[in-house]
Amino acid sequence: MIAFENVAYSYGGGELLSGISLRLAPGSFHFLTGPSGAGKSTFLKLCYAELRPTAGHITLFDRDVRSLSRDDVALNRRRIGVVHQDCQFLDHLPLAANVALPLTVAGRGSEASDLTDLLGWVGLGSLADALPPSLSGGERQRAALARAIIMGPDVILADEPTGNLDWEMSLRLLTLLVELNRMGKTVLVATHDLNLIRQAKAQIPARVLRIAKRRIQLAGADL
Amino acid sequence: MNLLSILAPDRQADRVVPPSGHTAWLTQFTAAAMAFLAVFALALSLAAGRLADRWSDALERTATVRLSAPEDQIDLQTAAVLEVLTTTPGITSARALSDDEQRALLEPWFGPDLPVDALPLPRLIELTEDGAGYDAEGLRQRLAAEAPGAVLDDHTRWRRPLAVAADRLRLLGLLSIGLIAAATAAMITLAANAALAANAQVIRVLRLVGARDAYIARAFVRRFTLRALSGAAIGTALGMIGVALLPSTEAAGSFLTGLGFTGAGWILPLTLPPLAALVAFLATRASAFRKLRELT
Repeated sequence: MIAFENVAYSYGGGELLSGISLRLAPGSFHFLTGPSGAGKSTFLKLCYAELRPTAGHITLFDRDVRSLSRDDVALNRRRIGVVHQDCQFLDHLPLAANVALPLTVAGRGSEASDLTDLLGWVGLGSLADALPPSLSGGERQRAALARAIIMGPDVILADEPTGNLDWEMSLRLLTLLVELNRMGKTVLVATHDLNLIRQAKAQIPARVLRIAKRRIQLAGADL
Repeated sequence: MNLLSILAPDRQADRVVPPSGHTAWLTQFTAAAMAFLAVFALALSLAAGRLADRWSDALERTATVRLSAPEDQIDLQTAAVLEVLTTTPGITSARALSDDEQRALLEPWFGPDLPVDALPLPRLIELTEDGAGYDAEGLRQRLAAEAPGAVLDDHTRWRRPLAVAADRLRLLGLLSIGLIAAATAAMITLAANAALAANAQVIRVLRLVGARDAYIARAFVRRFTLRALSGAAIGTALGMIGVALLPSTEAAGSFLTGLGFTGAGWILPLTLPPLAALVAFLATRASAFRKLRELT
């Protein structure tokens, strides 16, 4: 699905990531952990081609990202659902329209019943007409997850999805991600919440990647 | 993305991009003002064209023979000149102006009491040519042989600067329309850039969820094209009403006579709104794709 081969990324003269080689296999569940500012978000952005590597190769669905045109990038993003840390909603559109946005921009209509089912699945069935600024942090994160999966993507990337949530809500979101993984989706979650990682590993065989000193390593058995 | 598809309703795309606020109104106002000015530039250009044609036609079809001769030979030479003229191919008629007609010609400069009889004025003979015209050089040679005091003035030296001036005026009118179109494009480009910059976050979100540049650009291009079309339609309508209400100057018979549109000429300003829409479409499209590459 997504493969990194000796990838480096530099910005402003400094190297943020270097020598990264890994592969996200279909149906796998990965956590990416590390201290704040270590480059977790940068790594995710490289995964969905918002950033291009300054060295090495990233293969996205069997194509080198350097060879992708802007349209190709857009089409690939329809296969990658991203839950952003700050959710990235269009505040002038109601929740349902925000969740359906990937379908809208792809020119695919959505059955109202499907959208209602999806909002119900993430526990937001009664908030379809609410505007994003009126939602709580947990509601926004679940809505972001709903938007990330509405296109039926192959890969789900989540950047600190539980950063602003209480423990109960974090577990609820984790349960949704685990369910999606069991449906066959490839999941990568960037988080520094070790308790969440332990909770997930109790349910599924998740691998944990640790990012430190610009490199990514497989975490030890303590996680 | 083409102009016609842009004009088709697209409620989804319209909703995705929030209302552009003052930039959209600025576009509409600019298009209206520019179309209003373009109507008058077009009217000026058409009037100048008609004027050029009128001057050319009028001066081209007539010429004058000026005959200076001693008093005792003037009638003889006049008859000789008339004989030459009436036998010259391409000339349909020729006649000597009467004293009254010559007095009327000189009256603006010398007043009504000019003693034409007492002055050694040359005799003026007016000739009218047919459509094919005559051989001016050949006629000059014949006149030199038959009436040495006769000088042919075929109005070329008058006609040429007048026709050139009118043609220039027509070109200036068309140039004005071109400048108006360029200014409209510049204004709409600025407004579109401002709208795109103001919606940078919206654009970023749309790109993140898989929107292609064409989809995002379409939402902006459609908005600005429709604003330009409606604004130009309003400006054109007001301009045409303004031209229609211009006071008639038939009585004065001056340069301003006929300023405006005549007959099928009234259809020409109706091309301005589609032209404005095309200018807006091209300007916003180029601006949108360039800005999208900058923003994401």
